[in-house]
Amino acid sequence: MGAVMLGVSGLEVTFRRGGDTVRAVRGVSFDVARGESFGIVGESGSGKSTVLRAICGLAPTSAGVVTLDGSALTAPRSAGFYRAVQMVFQDPYASLHPRHTIDSVLSEPLAIHGFDRREERIEQALSEVGLGPEFRFRYPHQLSGGQRQRVAVARALILEPEVLLLDEPTSALDASIQAEVLNLLDRLRAERGLTYVMVSHDLAVVAHMCDRLIVMQHGLAVEELTRAALGAHQANTDYTRKLLSASEGYTKAEAS
Amino acid sequence: MTPLLTVKDLRIAFPSRQGPVEVVRGVSFSLGRERLGIVGESGSGKSQTGRALLGLTPPPGRATAEVLNFDGTDLRHASPATWRKLRGARMSMVMQDPKFSLNPVMTIGTQLLEALKFNGRESRAEAKARALAMLEAVQIRDSERVFRAYPHELSGGMGQRAMIAMMLVTEPDLLIADEPTSALDVTVQIEVLRILDRLVTERGMGLIFISHDLRLVSSFCDRVLVMYAGQVVEELAARDLAQAQHPYTRGLMNCLPKIAGGQRPLPTLERDAAWAR
Repeated sequence: MGAVMLGVSGLEVTFRRGGDTVRAVRGVSFDVARGESFGIVGESGSGKSTVLRAICGLAPTSAGVVTLDGSALTAPRSAGFYRAVQMVFQDPYASLHPRHTIDSVLSEPLAIHGFDRREERIEQALSEVGLGPEFRFRYPHQLSGGQRQRVAVARALILEPEVLLLDEPTSALDASIQAEVLNLLDRLRAERGLTYVMVSHDLAVVAHMCDRLIVMQHGLAVEELTRAALGAHQANTDYTRKLLSASEGYTKAEAS
Repeated sequence: MTPLLTVKDLRIAFPSRQGPVEVVRGVSFSLGRERLGIVGESGSGKSQTGRALLGLTPPPGRATAEVLNFDGTDLRHASPATWRKLRGARMSMVMQDPKFSLNPVMTIGTQLLEALKFNGRESRAEAKARALAMLEAVQIRDSERVFRAYPHELSGGMGQRAMIAMMLVTEPDLLIADEPTSALDVTVQIEVLRILDRLVTERGMGLIFISHDLRLVSSFCDRVLVMYAGQVVEELAARDLAQAQHPYTRGLMNCLPKIAGGQRPLPTLERDAAWAR
């Protein structure tokens, strides 16, 4: 295992509105090695997406430290951070601007970060995610869900990041399209030596993609597992076992 | 036993500049008091099939069929009055996402009572008692609070259960569930399915379960129709799914990642133009 690329320790996120406080993440720690693929599993409301957003500085962090390549991150995050860490969001129908062509979606990050050879980079990014140059001047509504998610991946990759944060990248897609997108992500990681942090509620997807994973419930990391342990159903907590049996499909009676 | 619902050669067409486009092309099946699954990808026509059964094909689309019979009623030429008697009371539909299918400016309770008002003749107090009992039947613990709540105050799983309660409070004979659990977590998903399962076994309801999740459908339903490009390419008993013959069904099965020892890369679906013929 290589050096720690992304480190999260004692991360807490608290949302305050009026008199209510919601502790969405209550002390989560994990380390992701360079080139590793790390998974976060949990049901909605468990705080798994909030962890990703907190890494990006998109959620109010109340305690804890996030380190990238050994150095602690500042708030707000620097431009260099966003060049190294990019995020792919869950819903490709909502994460692409409906009135921007694919070309302007892809050229905006390049302009912000002052990249050269933009034409070339856009064409290369499209071909890397398996979309032809004919897609370049289309609008999102002219693409299918899988094609849109490919554009979202291309947008993240165009800045040549080292870490990709994937927030349920395939949960809005059909099973057959999901396989294509997962294969694409797998291939890109192998080719570019990317580090992935992948959030999903689907254990099978995370088991397929990730070497190690944590299971989150009510803002806490309840268990850390390797892929092999998950495959052998070696779960220590009831909650993980429940998730495992639920992902096997429907059973007539409550198992417990 | 006569089937609850008989569909023969159902076709749904939408006009376009190039002439009508058929999105459902000759679907036939019959349904008893059982769980029937319809599986397919987006665009395979599975949701349009479900909607057409309730006469909800969105205009300018047109649904035609040789036979469309629900418990002795010919649905093809049903008058608006007949539809009003059937919809909600005898057949109803659970939609995919509770966020979009519940009225955001009405409390759950008001929406439940509205469903009862059109279909029952009981007093308000009785109706409320029945609505609360229904909320409890779908495993909502503090039913009084949910009764008073607005949809945005509920989580996705809670909202979907409220939606199911609303559809079931009139005790329909046929429930069409269009991806009822796709927006839910796996653990909640199983709970919602248990509720549906109980209703089928206890009340003898017919259930059409529309989903893209082949694994879930095969473990939950009795029978499965696999749709591709508007046609039923294969019909089989759920337990025989492993012996599926059609390459599309097999492709759908294989492209799912598995927890124990998956293949890498995942097999993807090779589409054959002949399937759509």
